[in-house]
This record gives sequence, C-alpha cells and structure tokens, in this order.
Amino acid sequence: MSSKKNSRPFPLASEIEDVPGTEGWEDMYPYYTRRQPGDDEIFWFYNSMHFPEPMPAFDALTAEVPYTAMGANTTRIFAFPATLGVEHRIINGRVYITAHAVTDPDEIARRTEIFNKRAGHYFENWDELYDKWHKKMLALIEEIDAIEIPQLTEFDDESAVLEGRGIGQNHFVREAYHRCIDMFSVMWHHHFELLMLGYGAYLVFFQFCKKAFPEIPDQIVARMVAGIDILMFKADDKLKSLAQTAVDLGIGKHFVDGADPDAVMAAIEASGEPGEKWMAAFDEIRDPWFNISVGDGFYHYHRSWDDDRTVPFSAISHFVKLIESGEDIVRKTEELKAERKRISDEYRALLGTEEERGAFDQMLGLCHHVFPYVEDHKFYCEHWFTTRFYAKMREFGDLLVKCKLLKDREDIFQLNRSEVEDALVDAMLAWAAGSEPLGAARWQPLVEKRRDILAKFAEWDAPIAIGPMPEHLEDPAVQMLWGITSETLDLWSLPPDQVSQNELHGFAASPGVVEGIARVLKSVNDIGQVREGDILVSTVTTPSWGPVFPKIKAAVSDIGGTMSHAAIVAREYGMPAVVGTGRATKQIVTGQKIRVDGDNGIVTILD
Amino acid sequence: MSQEGRSYISRISELSLADRPLAGGKSASLGELTSAGVAVPPGFVVMTPAFDEFLRTAGADAEIRQEIESLAHNEISQVTAASKRIRQRIGQLPVPPDIGDAICSNYREMSLNGAGCPVAVRSSATCEDSESASFAGLQDTYLWVRGEEQLIERVRSCWASIYNAESITYRRRLELPEDQISMAVVVQQMVDAICAGVMFTRSPTTGDKSVIVIEGSWGLGSSIVSGEVTPDHFVVNKVTGEINKRNISDKVVEHTADPSGSGVREQAVDDQRRRAPCLSDESIAELWQIARKVERHYAAPQDIEWAICRDPDTGEQKINLLQSRPETAWATRDVEPAAKPTAKAFDHVLDLLSARKKRT
Repeated sequence: MSSKKNSRPFPLASEIEDVPGTEGWEDMYPYYTRRQPGDDEIFWFYNSMHFPEPMPAFDALTAEVPYTAMGANTTRIFAFPATLGVEHRIINGRVYITAHAVTDPDEIARRTEIFNKRAGHYFENWDELYDKWHKKMLALIEEIDAIEIPQLTEFDDESAVLEGRGIGQNHFVREAYHRCIDMFSVMWHHHFELLMLGYGAYLVFFQFCKKAFPEIPDQIVARMVAGIDILMFKADDKLKSLAQTAVDLGIGKHFVDGADPDAVMAAIEASGEPGEKWMAAFDEIRDPWFNISVGDGFYHYHRSWDDDRTVPFSAISHFVKLIESGEDIVRKTEELKAERKRISDEYRALLGTEEERGAFDQMLGLCHHVFPYVEDHKFYCEHWFTTRFYAKMREFGDLLVKCKLLKDREDIFQLNRSEVEDALVDAMLAWAAGSEPLGAARWQPLVEKRRDILAKFAEWDAPIAIGPMPEHLEDPAVQMLWGITSETLDLWSLPPDQVSQNELHGFAASPGVVEGIARVLKSVNDIGQVREGDILVSTVTTPSWGPVFPKIKAAVSDIGGTMSHAAIVAREYGMPAVVGTGRATKQIVTGQKIRVDGDNGIVTILD
Repeated sequence: MSQEGRSYISRISELSLADRPLAGGKSASLGELTSAGVAVPPGFVVMTPAFDEFLRTAGADAEIRQEIESLAHNEISQVTAASKRIRQRIGQLPVPPDIGDAICSNYREMSLNGAGCPVAVRSSATCEDSESASFAGLQDTYLWVRGEEQLIERVRSCWASIYNAESITYRRRLELPEDQISMAVVVQQMVDAICAGVMFTRSPTTGDKSVIVIEGSWGLGSSIVSGEVTPDHFVVNKVTGEINKRNISDKVVEHTADPSGSGVREQAVDDQRRRAPCLSDESIAELWQIARKVERHYAAPQDIEWAICRDPDTGEQKINLLQSRPETAWATRDVEPAAKPTAKAFDHVLDLLSARKKRT
C-alpha cells in the first residue's frame, strides 16, 4: 500500500468550496467554528461517527459543549500527559476535528506528575466516585425536568407582589434558557468525568492482548471486557417483556411490522381490558426507558422512543412473532457470563508465564471494574438527560410560536444558541412594552433558508479528511473513540484507481459471512424502513438501534471501531458486522445484493 | 500370528509415545494419537527389531555402522557416496523369511475386502520427532502401495532411507551414536483423501498460541509438502472456533491415486474446484476440535498432518490424522513477557498514558 501512497490524498481546508445555493451558511455557526488562516497546515478528519449529518444551527451546540468538556477533562482537570483536547471546525455543515497532543518530553514529564496523582485518586476511589456520579446525574435530570418556562401571561402572578419577589416573569424566560444550556454543559462535563480513564483501562488491556496474542481479533478483546448487565440490553429486555405481556393478554396481533405506532396504540386502547392492562405495563417502563433516543443525542430530530415509537414498536412486533412461534427470547445472561469467563480463562491459560497471567488478571479486573461506567453513561447523558433537554427547548419553541416569532416549535432549532436568546429577549421586551415582538420578519425567512441550506448540505460529498497526511497517527484517544489509526488513513488515501468499486474494507467487528439485500440508511430517522432479513448499511449505529438488530442479518457502518455499539450489539446477536468502512453508505444502494465478511472485515457488492 | 512375529509387528493402536525406541517416532506418535481418541488410519508397524534382525542376518550391521561413524558431516561428497553404496547394498539384501511372513500375514488381515488393499508405507526412525530435534521429512514415504511383493520392497526402501544422505549428515552433525539408530516402518491403510493438509496449533508466522492455522488442498497432502500448490489458508481462533481469516487460493493440481492401482499421480484440478474452498466450515470446526484435543493431550503446541477421507465402505467423510509432532521453531525462542504485574492494577493505565515505560 505504501508504495503507491497518494502524497496528497485529501483537499486542504481552504480548497473546499461552498455548496451552490448555500451562501451565507457561515452565519449559522459561531465564529470560532470557521476556517482559520493556518488550517491548511493541519490534518482534520470528519467526525462522522458523532455527526453523520449536517448540523442544524442550534445543534452546533452538541459539538461545542462536548469538546469544551472533554478538553477540560484531559487538558486541565486530569492533565493527561500526552493527550490534550479536540479542536473543531464546521465546514459545509460538517464537523471536522483535530486532536491536540503534547510531544515535548519535559512537558509530558511535568504533566505526568499531576496526572498520576489525580488519575490515581479516581481509580483508587472509583466505586465511591461512580456512586456519586450516578446521584449527580439523577439530580441533574430532576433539575432540568423541574424548570418552568414562563408563559408570558397577561399579568404576572400575584405572588410576585405578595411574596415581595419584585421580579417580572420575563426575567425568568432568559434565566430558564441559561439554566438549561448550563445544565447541558454540566451533563457533558459529567459525561467525561470517568470516561477517559475508563477507556484508558480498556486500551491498556487491548495493547497487552495484542502483544501477547499478535493475531487476536479486536472483537475478542472487546468480548472479554464487555459487560453483560448493561443498561442498553436492559432496555431491550423491557421491550421483550412488553411483547410477552401483549402475547399473554392476547393482543399481540396488533403489533404489525411496519405499522404506524399511533394506529397500534389506537388498536390497543380499543381492545378493552387487555389493552388497559398492557398500557399500565407500558406506563411502568416508559420512564426512564423510553427516553432512549434513536440517535446519540447530537441532533434535535433524533427523537426519543417515546416521541417516535416506530423503533421500539417494530422491535416489539418482531419479539411477538418470535414468542408466538414458540421461541424463547429471554436473554441468557448467565450463559453469556459463563461464555465470557470461559473465553478469558482460556486466553489466560495460553499465556506463557505466571507473571503475564498476573498482569492479565489485573488489567481485565480493572476493565470489569470500570466498564459499567463506560457502557452505561450514555443512557444517563446522551439519552435520558438529552431527551429532557430537547423537550425543554421545544417548550421555548412553543413560547416563540405563541409570541408569533416562529411558525412552528421545531423552528427554534434553526437558530443558533445566541439567536435563540435574541429571539427570547425580543419576546421579553415586547411583553414588557406591551408591543409586538419585532423578529418575525427576521427569523421566519431565515428558518426557511436554513432548512434549504441543510437539504443542500445533505447532498454534499464530504471528504473523509482534510489537510496534509500525517506521518503517523497513534493517538490512543483517536483510536479508542473513532477507531482511526495510521492503517485507516492508508486505506482512506488510496488513489481512486486503486479503490475497488465492489469491495469495501473495514474492521472485522463480529464474525461470520452472510449474503443478503442491503438497506442503506443515510438518516437515523429512516430506521423504521428496516425489514426482516435486511443487511443494515448505515453511517453509524448507535445503541438505541438495538431493537432493529433482531430483524437484520448483518450490519455495516461507515464509522466505528470494535467497541462501537454496532459491533457490541452485532456480537450479542451473533451476526456478522463490518464497521468503519468509510464509505459504505455512499457506495452501496438499497436493494443491492451484498456479502458481509465479518471474519476479514470485507463487504462485497455482488450486483 | 506367531510368537516370534509379535516382536516384529505391533498394531498402531497398541502403541504410545513410550514405545518410541522400538517403534520409531512416527509410529509412537500415531499410537499416542489413537489413545488420545483421535482417528488415525488403521495399520501396523514393522518394529525396529525387524530392521536390526534384517541387517544382522545379512551380517551387514557392524560394517555399515562403522562406516557411517567414520564420516564427517561436512564431507558432503563422501557422505553422498557412502549413502549410495549402503542403500544399494540394502536393496539387495534378502528379507529374512520370518519377517517377510509376519509383514504379509498382517497385511492380509488388513485386506479383508479383497487381496492387496492399498497402503501407505512410511519410515519411522528412532531419532525423529523428539522435541529438540525435528527430524521430519528426512525419510521416505510411499503411498498407494499394493500387493505383498511391492509392500516388502517398500519396507526395505524405508529401511534403506535411514541411510540417505540428509539423514546421515543430520546424525553426524548431532554426533548421534549409530548403534542406537534404528528404523521402524508404518504400514497404514491408504486414505482416499478428498483433501488434506497441515495445521499448526501455534501460528508459524507470529508464534501466537491463540490461533490454529490450517492449510489444505485437494487430494493428498503431498502436493502441499512438495510446494506444488498454494494451499487454502485458514486462521481459526483456538478459543472460540471462529474463523479469523480465510484465503482461498487457486489450487491448480492435486495428487491422487494412480488409476493403475498403485502409486500417486499428479493431475489438474477441475475448474469447479480450483477456486472453491477445500474445507467446509463444518470440517474446519471439526479440525479445530481435533487440534484442541491433540494439543491438550500433549500439553504443548503441535504441527499436525490431516486428511479428509471417504470411507471405502460407507462413503462417509471422516477426518484422519496422519502425524502430530511438537512445534519446535517457537518453543525454543525467548519471548519477552507482554507485561508484568504492577503494585496496583491501575498502574498499568498510568504507565501507558504517561508513557512512563517506553512504548513499543
């Protein structure tokens, strides 16, 4: 590969042109996300793992806030010796990032001293700190739920006078908005609090395994580490129990694959007493389990299971079918645990010395200790909290509609963080003045224009990377989070004539070989289209896609490593998966026959 | 079988590794495999006393042994000349009648379904396949041998092969005493191999003990050993049985039984099979099980020869092992430990992230 390496395979930042018809798009995003003069010297890669779609103006917050929090954790709080944070740019709606590292040995030594003390404290007190973390997150969710958004009623409540508060309700509009944004920031700081150290534990075990067993597949390391009782599988179990309840009550027939969830609900409600009983069971698990979002919380339109029941109901219909055909769908956790133990015991026994076995025990033990956090934090952060956060933002949207500034509550997400505040202040002023807000003529056409820009951005073929090819890329954080190594770059930078049009290479994430019909999903909102026996081809697969996995034969994704959720879930269901192909959704078309070779990480287009 | 015959002949299934001095390395290993519960083509062994008696009766033993011991391993032309001379001489020595009778009567017992069943005749020297000295492949093997006359001829050829130039050089280099060298011969039912190959319970390329590397091709395994075919290559996870890698090659030729009934011929593989995998996933799974069993039995990594054969009576496919010997290339190498325990488990993470230890 190196012999024919393309010396400049990626465009420079300055060479990227605007998409026609999107003039003025830069105003959607804050100035610090725009390209800078020195950017051409830097290697950037498209973070399509977290941001597979163009960013609506408001959603740019979901890049800004996590990067503020992640960098704080690595650069300033723990002082990771060689790892700093991530810088980002938004180009034609896509988020490009570059990771900063420390290379000066003296500087690394200075940071190491601080890092060892601080990281050591966290590892030493992990259980206590995790327990504290859990309480903090539950309190934060409760806090954001409790926020009241003033409705700008004609007269202020009498209590403003009787309690001598002396503050008008318009003040609390902006305060509530600020508090929501601040809590979103707090959530992301919590998100990274234990995460980077948790990944560190995994990485050290991963590297040990690769050294002791040079041919060990990544997914085997992942399998030894992966938790069995993780929350994402618990959510799956809840759907299974709803399916079982429906069958027991004799109303399983209402769950038809592909049916409109509202129609299903109506049929259940109309079915009398069994329907009531099922609804009671449903209400019991709805909070928190239906706060799971179909995305990872990075886009406002990735709705929760409760907002859009297509995904969970489709899973329930599949489970109903299995139960009715006599299959036992209960997850065999004890068997899974026994198998995980057998695998790790056998690898342990294959090690050459007692010393190595001792180190193996320490590292794997540490992984099992810290991994519940790594696997479960998403449920609290990206799903539960974020679902509530967007729900609050929609309430602000309602207020802006009520004040005639916007036409639809969803329009709020076409304004960026500061613009939303501007619009709210407009409403606050008008309410106080007894006049009409002035922004309708400003915001409403802008919302339309931005919708149009996003549609054009969606058609843009975003380069997978930008800038000069780095000599090597051995950033452990980049490898852990994005699955990108020097080898990945080599593959990305192959000249077009060397890229096979029928073959895609990625990580062998879950073993096995199958052939079938591709279902290409460019947007997570299309997930309802997935049918029994499809091979799922997607940009990225998030944990909440779990429910479609029982229906599909294999999974392929553009982005993701062996610890990505597509990989974890595919292994759980024992189906082949190839992740991190870079371009599967661009090259494969729905309906094509493809072969997924999860042993070698190869996807072949057969048509 | 006469009392006398018994000391010349043993069934493979009666042998174990402990019998190496009288049965040679290969026979002992085959016997051991049988006792490990692994299928091996049935047969018998012409034990070393037969060879010793053969040389002694002819009055040739002392002479030959002295001649060899006087050679220097690096005098190649002398070794070659001596080898040629001795082998020629052995080829003309008569096989004592009682030994010949013992071989033939055992052969007849094998040939229940008609006279002259095809057999493989393989040398089994007393010094081969010991853990320190991999002696494999230095002596002869004859496939598809039929009939008593041909069998006796091939047994004698095997005996003679202990004096081929490579073997002599090898023994002289290690200065092995000649009076402790002897040769047994395995006479084994010939397997009608659909495909055959080798497998390694430790990766030959990386030394990884967690994989089983399987190589196979159509027909007899001799096409792989001789390098005439690039075999299909599979890497199987030893722990889970999952197939990590599969490279299916273009298998141009195969070795099969000569239609004349004896000997082996090379023929082109038909187009349908050339690029088709020679092993099904089920067969790979079975080989994986066998490899695990054999390795566990010996408590050490093994290099194994296998063949998938059709049962002549039922037509069913069955995996047979033809050989298993300890892996020696990696066993003798010093491998740096991947890690050592630290005072606290999390020190590993601190070490990694702080680059406290030099990263490799």
